[in-house]
Amino acid sequence: MIRLERRPEPSRAWTVATPFVAVALTMVAGGLMFALLGKDPVEAIRTIFWDPLFGDFASYSRPQLLVKAGPLILIAIGLSLGFRAGIWNIGAEGQYILGAIFAAATGLAFYPAESWLVFPAMILAGALGGILWAMIPALLKVRFGTNEVLVSLMLVYVAEALLASMALGLLRNPEGMGFPGSRNLAQYPSAANLDLIPGTGLHWGVALALIAVIVGQVVMTRHQLGFRVRLAGQSPRAAVFGGVNPGWLIVVCMGISGGLAGLAGMFEVAGPAGRLGIDFNVGYGFTAIIVAFLGRLNPIGILLAGLLMALTYIGGELAQLQMNLPLAAIQMFQGMLLFFLLAVDVLTAFRFRMGRRAVA
Amino acid sequence: MTFKTVLLGATAAMGLATGAMAQDDKTKVGFIYVGPIGDLGWSYQHDQGRLAVEEEFGDRVETVYVESVPEGPDAERVLTQMALQGADMIFTTSFGFMEATMNAAQKFPDVKFEHATGYQRADNVSTYSARFYEGRAVQGLIAGEMTESNIIGYIGSYPIPEVIRGINAAYLQAKKVNPEVEFRVVWAYTWFDPAKEAEAAKALIDAGADVILQHTDSTAPQAAAQEAGDVITFGQASDMFDYAPKPRVSSIIDNWNQYYIDRVGAVMDGSWESQDVWGGIDSGMVEIGEITEAVPAEVKEAALELKDKIAAGELHPFTGPINKQDGSAWLAEGETADDETLAGMNFYVEGIKGEIPQ
Repeated sequence: MIRLERRPEPSRAWTVATPFVAVALTMVAGGLMFALLGKDPVEAIRTIFWDPLFGDFASYSRPQLLVKAGPLILIAIGLSLGFRAGIWNIGAEGQYILGAIFAAATGLAFYPAESWLVFPAMILAGALGGILWAMIPALLKVRFGTNEVLVSLMLVYVAEALLASMALGLLRNPEGMGFPGSRNLAQYPSAANLDLIPGTGLHWGVALALIAVIVGQVVMTRHQLGFRVRLAGQSPRAAVFGGVNPGWLIVVCMGISGGLAGLAGMFEVAGPAGRLGIDFNVGYGFTAIIVAFLGRLNPIGILLAGLLMALTYIGGELAQLQMNLPLAAIQMFQGMLLFFLLAVDVLTAFRFRMGRRAVA
Repeated sequence: MTFKTVLLGATAAMGLATGAMAQDDKTKVGFIYVGPIGDLGWSYQHDQGRLAVEEEFGDRVETVYVESVPEGPDAERVLTQMALQGADMIFTTSFGFMEATMNAAQKFPDVKFEHATGYQRADNVSTYSARFYEGRAVQGLIAGEMTESNIIGYIGSYPIPEVIRGINAAYLQAKKVNPEVEFRVVWAYTWFDPAKEAEAAKALIDAGADVILQHTDSTAPQAAAQEAGDVITFGQASDMFDYAPKPRVSSIIDNWNQYYIDRVGAVMDGSWESQDVWGGIDSGMVEIGEITEAVPAEVKEAALELKDKIAAGELHPFTGPINKQDGSAWLAEGETADDETLAGMNFYVEGIKGEIPQ
């Protein structure tokens, strides 16, 4: 008989191995699904995982991977800090939107004046927008003990309404022929977030995401904040006795995650998106939650997970294009990834044992 | 800096693209859809057009599509991938793809783009749309005759000219046959989201509406109306005949088939040129779906008569005297609206309550 037994310590080996096992299982199960749909499973998997990196047109899709992964990584790094401390900011999507609104408003306020100050001002505004929006659930939790999961999530819908109102009113392009949406910031040189090296996809947001990974790693392993975060996550009571102020920790963690989400929104609206439209947000804030867990709440892991997620998006599009795979199948495939990760996760905390339980 | 990089990118991309195109002489046609092709509305009808192209040209054509593409940088990436893989022509089937279409068209001057419902064109970008407002007028007539509560609910997607035009056209006709009629507009801020659309329909029904018009693409409002009982609806974009004879009493069907066949044919024989097409009932782009027996015979007759008159060009749905909502004069007696005003319409006509969000 096989049974599960709790490990005395979470297995380090499995912590590292589970994402890879999950990806492998996803390939097997996904391949089976593609085969059932009458498509060549090997070709489908190759199209999703290989072609964007090394296919015929990889010189185009590789930079696109960075563009897609950049905001995911940036947001996920911020979220992981709070998640480790047991502070659940689910509303990064809203903070992302607010960052974009603040940044776009700042940039448009200067339009059409050209100055090197515009872009830094937009960065500050973007971070501020995200932080302010994250402070609502943070302060409500500290002051009144509200649940930050609910409050931050609900504020996403408020942010979406605010976005629609901005795109239709205050920030609407006066030369837009009556259509909603702001001016295109990517066509306003002082505000544009362009590739640092043309054609590489490496814009300021991607660069900052990479910096965030490094800083995140240092903070988690070497800095006192990282220690407090880990302590609070493992044992809130011990953390209090150890001199960690829980309210302070909530404000700091929510502030950092909100600020990074806001920055992600800023870089997106100033660059790849360019325009603040009603549909500006496409779910980066939610996908980043998956990325954070897929990356084991570890900065290096998040970097890899963000790239993997971006790969499934872009590879998924290629699979639609080249093999006529329906989008629903691609989404199933992405869902499988998370499902298997969570399922395999059991192995980090438990192990299989053969035979009967020994009688104590 | 931008222009130079674009040029550099374009030359690199074209080198790749010509390489891919040399492999076969089939005309490759791409489509990107804003919703899933299973929406049974807008995207579904465009996909019907794609299938019509396949049927018409058989082996001489190859079609590819990507569905549910977000309107933004993702769309530009998908378009670029399509062009890189050798598409000769791409239909971008939602207003929100405008920017992405223009950008991709600049990168790939040899690929022909057809953008639905937009207003920006280039040497290799055509725009096309249909005069759905003609169909809306017919709906308005039926709605005005059929309502007993005199409250007509309208689910708007986005407050853009196309949608506002539809609301105005339906209202004017409804008001003509029923002066007591009142419109309630709910903005859903989505083209396709069954949950939101159902919610909007329920809210309108709760507010007393017994007719629901929708400018969103799912059948969720139809289902909500069916559940509520005595409420009628109209199919949007596609026939939605599953809900006939009631609640769905008629529909506006977008028929892109002939247009797509013509344009793909033009690319094949080299006669393709950038143009702006706005087809109405007469062109076949806008069809009125079967009016069911839930509608009294004389109403049906009046509706069909209106449709025929519009098709024959005898009647323009926007014929004066019409005032704007604020009471200022828009069209004088007998004057008809010009296309330019219609294309950028961002005001309600007199009598509609509420404000266009801005």
